[in-house]
Amino acid sequence: MRKKVIFRGVALPYLLLAPQLLITLVFFFWPAGMAVWQSTQREDAFGLNTEFVAFENFTDLFRDPIYLNAAWNTVVFSSAVTVLALGSALFLAVQADKHIRGAGLYKTLLIWPYAVAPALAAVLWLFIFHPSIGLVGKALAVIGVQWDFRLNGGQAMTMVIIAAAWKQVSYNFIFFLAGLQSIPTSVLEAAAIDGARPMRRFWTVIFPLLSPTAFFLLVVNLVYAFFDTFGVIHALTRGGPGNATETLIYKVYVDGVQNLNFGSSAAQSVILMVIVIGLTAIQFRYIERRVHY
Amino acid sequence: MSATIDVERLAAASRRRRLRGRILTHAALILGVMIFALPIWITLVGSTHDTDTIGRGDVPLLPGGEAFTNYARAWAEGGGGRNTFSVPASTMLLNSLTMALVIACGKIAISLLSAFAVVFFAFPFRMFFFWMIFITLMLPVEVRIIPTFQVMTDLALINTMTGLTLPLIASATATLLFRQFFLTIPDEYVEAAKVDGAGPMRFFKDVVLPLSVTSMAALFVIQFIYGWNQYLWPLLMVSDRDLETVIVGLTKMIGIGDTQNEWNLIMTTAVFALLPPVLVVVLMQRWFIRGLTETEK
Repeated sequence: MRKKVIFRGVALPYLLLAPQLLITLVFFFWPAGMAVWQSTQREDAFGLNTEFVAFENFTDLFRDPIYLNAAWNTVVFSSAVTVLALGSALFLAVQADKHIRGAGLYKTLLIWPYAVAPALAAVLWLFIFHPSIGLVGKALAVIGVQWDFRLNGGQAMTMVIIAAAWKQVSYNFIFFLAGLQSIPTSVLEAAAIDGARPMRRFWTVIFPLLSPTAFFLLVVNLVYAFFDTFGVIHALTRGGPGNATETLIYKVYVDGVQNLNFGSSAAQSVILMVIVIGLTAIQFRYIERRVHY
Repeated sequence: MSATIDVERLAAASRRRRLRGRILTHAALILGVMIFALPIWITLVGSTHDTDTIGRGDVPLLPGGEAFTNYARAWAEGGGGRNTFSVPASTMLLNSLTMALVIACGKIAISLLSAFAVVFFAFPFRMFFFWMIFITLMLPVEVRIIPTFQVMTDLALINTMTGLTLPLIASATATLLFRQFFLTIPDEYVEAAKVDGAGPMRFFKDVVLPLSVTSMAALFVIQFIYGWNQYLWPLLMVSDRDLETVIVGLTKMIGIGDTQNEWNLIMTTAVFALLPPVLVVVLMQRWFIRGLTETEK
């Protein structure tokens, strides 16, 4: 789709585009190109010389147990966050979509966590799960659970998952609610007249109609869990204990900023870029079918 | 006779079932709201007690009497106890506010201009530029932090508000949204403007801008929150404490979660960090939901 009537101009359109393009070139393409270049380089221990090593940084990564561990953590973390955030949001949206008093109020009370920064969500949950000053942390100790997420890797992973998912539920809730409200009531009434009970109505009518929204949210949640949860992990566990909560994005930071291993960090960046490109492509292929630019 | 009784009994049973269903629905929603609110409640309560009460591990469930002292101290001095992190919350909040406003306004401004150029002009490489902007969707700052940091060092932008905001201003989503919106502006408007002898910039100012106000408002809410909530970028870019943002500052106050932290001041700062974006979402709910559903889909 494009306009039939347009303005003619030679310099003006370029001038209008200039600020956006300049920022894009300097802060997106230049660093992305540098990441690709650096991923083929290796610096010696003193940072004096660099040599071209082609794909060696990549092959090293796939042989590095710490990197493979981070990849596995990412799989566990992202799938748990996605399932938890999608599941509870769908449940709450179905409840809030019913014709009940105070539906508007519930909606307001459920959407505000969207505004909370992931790192801040981590801090809020820390107050609850802190082993010696937290409400739940202390309660767990009372019932005999050896609770200390700073020592126990599994517990640390549980905490970052809860903090990350908690923040994302409201986002999913908004989209599920919008999806539910766009289902025509006549369809649901027809199913009710046919004698379908609520549970059956949900699985045979509502859920299939909601599946495009669910699929869109699945991709968005994966992207969120992959890239936006650095703050949760950094604020709460710093990737520890051991490397128990180190995800791929966290490892890019550790290797680049703390260990100053630029070649490896750049190679990891390139791998992550490929993942984002893949996820975004999936998302847009699907959206293309629904929205026409 | 017996038939009417049956009907009444059936109706009563179905009323009971509906009532039970309604109670269950409310119960589920209230439980959901409580799970969402629990961390906030604990934080609010914590911000009203003194350091010792919390440090001892006496988890208070009801507000104490130290609210004023805590908020005044955190605002003017900051706190952090043994980690001695003390940037006043007022400084950090001002930095976050500046950052969020510059990012939101900057994104809207440059996206409006570039979408206008792409939609209303014909010029060589039009689609090439459009795709160049579009592809940045796929390069979030998190995945290219080190090289981006190196670029910032080369440009001497470390520890500056410019460095904190400029790289985050380019926005593919905002450009896409405005482009989509501009395409719905009828061709007749452009034609009429041309007949009246109005140039493109006049048309932009008198027709496009007024029509875009709702889109801009919706986008502003989303981008303000995006800017306010940034974490990794300010963490890397800023070591100067005068430029500390509140989200990063807060996590620095916690350090490694030491019990000897001044937890009451930390919770007070958490409330400060939380309030502006949450207020924006609650007060501008309508715009916020519009902005969200329109930019993402």
